[in-house]
Amino acid sequence: MARVLVGVKRVIDYAVKIRVKPDKTGVVTEGVKHSMNPFDEIAVEEAVKMKEKKLATEVVAVSVGPAQSQETLRTALAMGVDRGIHVEISGKDFELLQPIHVSKILAKLAQEEKADLVVLGKQAIDDDSNQTAQMTAALLDWPQGTFCAKIEKTDAGLTIAREVDGGVETIKTKVPAVLSADLRLNTPRYATLPNIMKAKKKPIKKVTAKDLGVDTTPRIEILSVEDPPVRQAGTIVPDVDALIAKLKEGGHI
Amino acid sequence: MNRLGNFVIKSGRNAYKSDICTRSLASAAAQRKSTSVDPQDDKNRPNYSFVSNIFRGQVESKEMFPYPDVLSAEQKEFTNSLVDPFENFFSNVNNSVKNEENCQIEQSTLDHMWELGCFGLQPEEEYGGLGLNNTQNARMAQIVGAHDLGVGVTLGAHQSIGYKGIFLYGTPEQKQKYLPKVTTGRTFAAFCLTEPSSGSDAASIKASAKLSDDGKHYILNGSKIWISNGGICDIMTVFARTSEKHLTAFIVERGFGGVTSGPPENKMGIKCSNTTEVFYEDVKIPVENVLGEVGDGFKVAMNILNNGRYGMGATLSGTMKACIEKAVNHANNRLQFGNKIKEYGAIQEKIARMTMLQYVTESMSFQIAQNMDSGSLDYHLEAAISKVFSSESAWYVCDEAIQVLGGMGYMKDTGLEKVLRDIRIFRIFEGSNDILRLFVALTGIQYAGANLKELQKALKNPASNLGFLSQEVSRRAMKQIGIGGCNLGTFVAPALKSQADSISQCIDLFGKTVESLLVKYNKNIIHEQFLLNCLANSAIDIYGSVVCLSRASRAVELNLPTAEHEVSLTKAWCTEASVKIVDNLTRTSSRNYQEIFREMKNISKTVCDNEGVNTTHIV
Repeated sequence: MARVLVGVKRVIDYAVKIRVKPDKTGVVTEGVKHSMNPFDEIAVEEAVKMKEKKLATEVVAVSVGPAQSQETLRTALAMGVDRGIHVEISGKDFELLQPIHVSKILAKLAQEEKADLVVLGKQAIDDDSNQTAQMTAALLDWPQGTFCAKIEKTDAGLTIAREVDGGVETIKTKVPAVLSADLRLNTPRYATLPNIMKAKKKPIKKVTAKDLGVDTTPRIEILSVEDPPVRQAGTIVPDVDALIAKLKEGGHI
Repeated sequence: MNRLGNFVIKSGRNAYKSDICTRSLASAAAQRKSTSVDPQDDKNRPNYSFVSNIFRGQVESKEMFPYPDVLSAEQKEFTNSLVDPFENFFSNVNNSVKNEENCQIEQSTLDHMWELGCFGLQPEEEYGGLGLNNTQNARMAQIVGAHDLGVGVTLGAHQSIGYKGIFLYGTPEQKQKYLPKVTTGRTFAAFCLTEPSSGSDAASIKASAKLSDDGKHYILNGSKIWISNGGICDIMTVFARTSEKHLTAFIVERGFGGVTSGPPENKMGIKCSNTTEVFYEDVKIPVENVLGEVGDGFKVAMNILNNGRYGMGATLSGTMKACIEKAVNHANNRLQFGNKIKEYGAIQEKIARMTMLQYVTESMSFQIAQNMDSGSLDYHLEAAISKVFSSESAWYVCDEAIQVLGGMGYMKDTGLEKVLRDIRIFRIFEGSNDILRLFVALTGIQYAGANLKELQKALKNPASNLGFLSQEVSRRAMKQIGIGGCNLGTFVAPALKSQADSISQCIDLFGKTVESLLVKYNKNIIHEQFLLNCLANSAIDIYGSVVCLSRASRAVELNLPTAEHEVSLTKAWCTEASVKIVDNLTRTSSRNYQEIFREMKNISKTVCDNEGVNTTHIV
């Protein structure tokens, strides 16, 4: 397991109240605080831990997105990642970028960089797709371990505890493999200020999707983005009879 | 009183190093000429301080408009990337309540702070620091202020004043030897100036350092009081008398021997910060530990304090923001008389005033920090104002936040009563607000007086000074007929034109008031503290208004989403400020106020003579 590739996506910060643009083409991103996708932070933490335990020799972070994605890469570098790759995609292509595109890019980079392990967050908190790790594994034809809650190095490869409905499933896999990080895998560290400063000097390579031979032309069209319906205010009824009457009136009973 | 005059003049001279009008105030002790080539020593250098120049009734716009913007896009990104880990530390690791209960910061928290790198924000990387400039440092200070002022004072005593002298005045050898210890080496620093008998009158310190017979050491004897970090520091910047007239700054290690500290003081607030007395008994300081030049100690002390003052404003702007959030959260949710209390005018006025004060404070501190970063040498009056303004505003904001929360605000668990106690010290330490008001007024007057002197001199020999005179005559004549006065209108966004005009008129009136006070009192003006306070308060309000005009105009220029709100804050602030300024300035010549001030002098005298109130009880 010489080299680990991690994916880091720049998303609207989890604490920000999301606002839909008046023209309903998307959500407001300008002047809004962005951060690294929290599941990707967990992936980075796991990769950095592997390096600290000498299970990995190098950790490379990849971010696919506009120029500001470099800020997210810097965060990863400050956490202990060795170098970054920024695949710049902007404008319409970025707005309509789908997991399939990102998977193709990651698969290509995993081969180019001769990665032994790809660790991704299980999903991004903006589009909640939960597809990229699975498709990347498929494109590479590598084994996959999704929703990891524990990753351990064993002789033959990795032993992984996966969070599944109603319990934990333990599997073994060979490397190379693609893993996706679940919430309880670890608690990501906060970068220290001196490490943030040192991260400024770590290299970030810039490539385009075209360089990698991946076509990111949009395949979908956004028709409308809308706020969830506002919850109606409730009323307090004086007694059970009134409640039953109301329910009947509403056709609920 | 003469002593105060001396204090002000000395620091004034240190600020400008010019020979302006010191004779018209009082005779200051002769200053020792520094051997180093300091740009501050250049007598012919123009003074770009906005506040200084309003004392001449003039607008000096260079450092005021447009609102400075010194950080590159990369520096901004870097600074913002420091915010999250810093915030995280204060929200998730530091426990301000526990710190206060224990009257100390937990060791694990301190360890975390050392790892995080917060003790070395400004020194260069080669010394283990982060190399932040003042603007970046101010951004960090805001976060500290929002969470724990006790930790803030510990941090500030360490790096804003404790080792700031080594950072500013240290030789390469001193920096190499000491800075790595205090940035990353888990060694605390302290600033040791105040003594039992020497508070605001800093020039009167008694601790003495005598050169040993072999000339290799200074022998330090004396004691210092109320030293933040006094019990935990191993490295201190100590000021001691090396001759009858001169002070010298030294770097003293606790390990030199003869250094002891008293028990931690029990304070009203900032309880987790360590405050003690420090005693020096025959402490042998190697001569190479003199900081700056021998005899320059007063200048070193004042410059360290001047250099760090903006940080206090930045810190407190963060504190105010946190108080406002608590108040607004309550106002948004509390239902009384069938409405959320935010719907009531009484609450709206409070929230608006709190917000305005926060805006002015933040605008001041970031203007000063940024000007310092672009090489300004004339920020001392601005920094003094920002210290006075921020500490008083923070008190008001926290007090009103408690009021908005009502009974809840008074409860310990709400967290505001601690903040109120913590804030109180900011009006007292690092130059009390009363002294700084006099400093602002007298330094400004001194600068205005220099101009008048020049005019008087020119009048004695009109023929050879025709140029200067005709310029001065036409300036005055134009002002008389209402044109050629101050005009801020050209610098501001169109929406703020009317406020800019009112403040311009205030500056004209301010200049005239200073001139007439100088003519009336001449050097005796230093004894008129009632009047000096009126001037200082007007200067504070003028500076606060103009700094807002500048920042809000920037917001409009950049089309920021908050521009409209910032314009609205600025309009309300400036309109009210101009009323206050005119009122304060009118007081200096008003018969009513002459009487009021005279009566107040009498009242105070009677009560002091009587050692308490002196009225006959009704019963």
